[in-house]
Amino acid sequence: MNKMLTILKHEFRQTIKRKSFLIMTASVPLIALIGMLGYPFIMGLFPEPEMPEKIGYADNTGIFTGYTEQPGLTFVPYPTEAEAKNDLLAGEIDEFFIIPQDYRATGQVIRFTMEGELAPPPGLTKQISDFLLSNLLAGEVTEELRRRVKEPLMLVSLQLDETGKIIEVPHPLIAIFVPYIFGFLFMISIFSNSGRLLQSVSEEKENRMIEVLLSSVSARQLFLGKILGLGSAGLLQMVVWLVSIRIFAHVGAMNIPALGDLVIPTSMLVLGLLYFIGGYLLFAVLYAGVGSIGSTEKDSQQWASVFTLPAVVPIMLLSVIAQHPDGLVARILTFIPFTAPITVMMRLPNTTIPLWELALSLTIMVGSIAVGIWVVARVFRVFLLMYGKRPALREIVRYAREA
Amino acid sequence: MDTIIIAVVAIGVTVSLRSYLQRRRRDRAERSSPGSSEEVTTTLGWDSRLSPTKMLPGEKTIEVCRVHKSFGGKEVVDDISFEVRSGEIFGMVGPNGAGKTTTIRMLMDIIKPDSGGVKILGESLRESTKDRIGYLPEERGLYRRITVAESLEYLARLKSLTPGAAKSGTDNLLHRVGMFQNKDKKIEQLSRGMGQIIQFVTTIIHDPDLVILDEPFAGLDPVNREMLKELIRELRQHGKTIILSTHQMNEVEELCDRILMINKGKTVLYGELSEIRSRFRNNSIFLECEGSFDGLAGVTGEKNHGKFVELFLDGKTSSREVLAQLLARDITVDRFEVSTPSLNEIFIQVVKEEP
Repeated sequence: MNKMLTILKHEFRQTIKRKSFLIMTASVPLIALIGMLGYPFIMGLFPEPEMPEKIGYADNTGIFTGYTEQPGLTFVPYPTEAEAKNDLLAGEIDEFFIIPQDYRATGQVIRFTMEGELAPPPGLTKQISDFLLSNLLAGEVTEELRRRVKEPLMLVSLQLDETGKIIEVPHPLIAIFVPYIFGFLFMISIFSNSGRLLQSVSEEKENRMIEVLLSSVSARQLFLGKILGLGSAGLLQMVVWLVSIRIFAHVGAMNIPALGDLVIPTSMLVLGLLYFIGGYLLFAVLYAGVGSIGSTEKDSQQWASVFTLPAVVPIMLLSVIAQHPDGLVARILTFIPFTAPITVMMRLPNTTIPLWELALSLTIMVGSIAVGIWVVARVFRVFLLMYGKRPALREIVRYAREA
Repeated sequence: MDTIIIAVVAIGVTVSLRSYLQRRRRDRAERSSPGSSEEVTTTLGWDSRLSPTKMLPGEKTIEVCRVHKSFGGKEVVDDISFEVRSGEIFGMVGPNGAGKTTTIRMLMDIIKPDSGGVKILGESLRESTKDRIGYLPEERGLYRRITVAESLEYLARLKSLTPGAAKSGTDNLLHRVGMFQNKDKKIEQLSRGMGQIIQFVTTIIHDPDLVILDEPFAGLDPVNREMLKELIRELRQHGKTIILSTHQMNEVEELCDRILMINKGKTVLYGELSEIRSRFRNNSIFLECEGSFDGLAGVTGEKNHGKFVELFLDGKTSSREVLAQLLARDITVDRFEVSTPSLNEIFIQVVKEEP
């Protein structure tokens, strides 16, 4: 037990001293900081298109005389198209439009502008449309009805659970952002940490340190000490990331108002931590096994990609999972231990995952870790001492049974 | 939640800061007392630390009883039994692939025997026994990316040494082998021979009662080879039991008290080295002299080796009687030696006799 702690401490210390680890750990707060500081600057690079303040119009129907003062915008009437054009060229107005005589029948309005644009700005279209609507309805309906016709839909959506209670739906920003960020950070952290474990094991094998170590400690102590040591380093990294995201979200809310609503629920943090630990342990156990089997680091890494591939599946299916968080695909991926951590993190913000699904998923996860430890602890010692040749799958199965 | 996270971070920072400060204090203390670190101990660097072995001389340190091991149907160790007594240097000899390393791995509980029993220091090997054994494997290496001192201290800690003992042990032994100045270098910056010596140091850093050395001389230059032999003899003087496994018979002849010779997984010879050698005596004499030695009684034949002649005796006549005959003649004898075959010759002879 004490020796396992010694290994744990040694691995932890060696890991946090590594440049790659330090860079990786600092990267998230750094990117967040740059984003925070750079946001106003980047926004400055893309100035909001200047909204016209004065719009001329030539009305050939005689209906559109009122409501010329809209918020932030004045409609200036002109008797003819030529006069409007002159004022536009002189810079008196920003643009103008003509309402033809047959407007009531066709709804056609012809707009003249000197700005190059892909499509008329939506804000402007809405304001012109409001202006036309208000004039069309003037005197026909009450003022209240006129305003309602302008904004007939002020939508408030609420989600109900099976018992009919209202479920709190997170901010839409969370629904899009958080699963993406979480999935990504998860993937990076789990793979970089279990990858480091693979490296550490195969390095010790390549350096012929294994036999020296096994003359002092048991294979199980070595194996667990390494997994836990590197795991604590990974956990520390995750904590640094989460804390920095939280701090920057607080600070950033001053600059970017939307961030103020980005409160990550505690349940999500707890589940995130559980799945992070579970996911890391699963991959760590497998990678340690792979590291013991391969004869060099390169060799082992090739083997490891067999396990890495399925774990990336949820990232590839991001849109499917985000759109149908309770769909069949999302649920199946929740139960497969390799894909569970990232899938659950993607589903969480968009739906309430039933408790039984989470319980089953975590149980399968813990079960596979236990089976993994059992198998790997058996083959670990044998293969660590087997240099130069890589065993066939048949041999691995035989040793796992016999050892 | 925020408070928990901040608390965790704060604890982490405190711990790392504390260990950093401790290290700085230690470094400063070392620099302020150069006498203790610069002074090169002339005799035995680790003398002060070496404790007398807990085993009584002559007691059985290792008992191996009818051990078998096969890999993939091939019998690698086939019914081997032997004992190692406390305080002796025990040689395990045989050609490459004879089963020496497998036997040693079974001693160290790295490989489990298919059948048979192994007892070390009076008990079957447990995790705690490992702390009393120093093992230098044939397949050995060192961490390349960390410093010599870090490697040594870590490996000493894995032998249950306290951090302080691990550190002082590292310093003492590095002084003893004259490598203290390389303490903070990484292994990849050292020569291969230096690395080998460091590996030996890791083997004995925890003052083990039993030292198992598998091919310790492989890849060493003559100077380091002599230093290693000297270190091995020093260990013996302190009552340590040493197992020396090698295919270089001459090293065994020089150092060992008793040997086990194995070939193809089977015991070929086992016993006192001197007894084995006298058993394999050719009953011949090497003679170098000026003058005629024809017609000596009891000599059945002779073989010319160029500078000297080998005389074969009839089995009834002793070498003393031959020498007496020679001295009676008026000739100058430059060399008169009862031939004892080298271990190498014995090995070749024994293996040839095998069916």
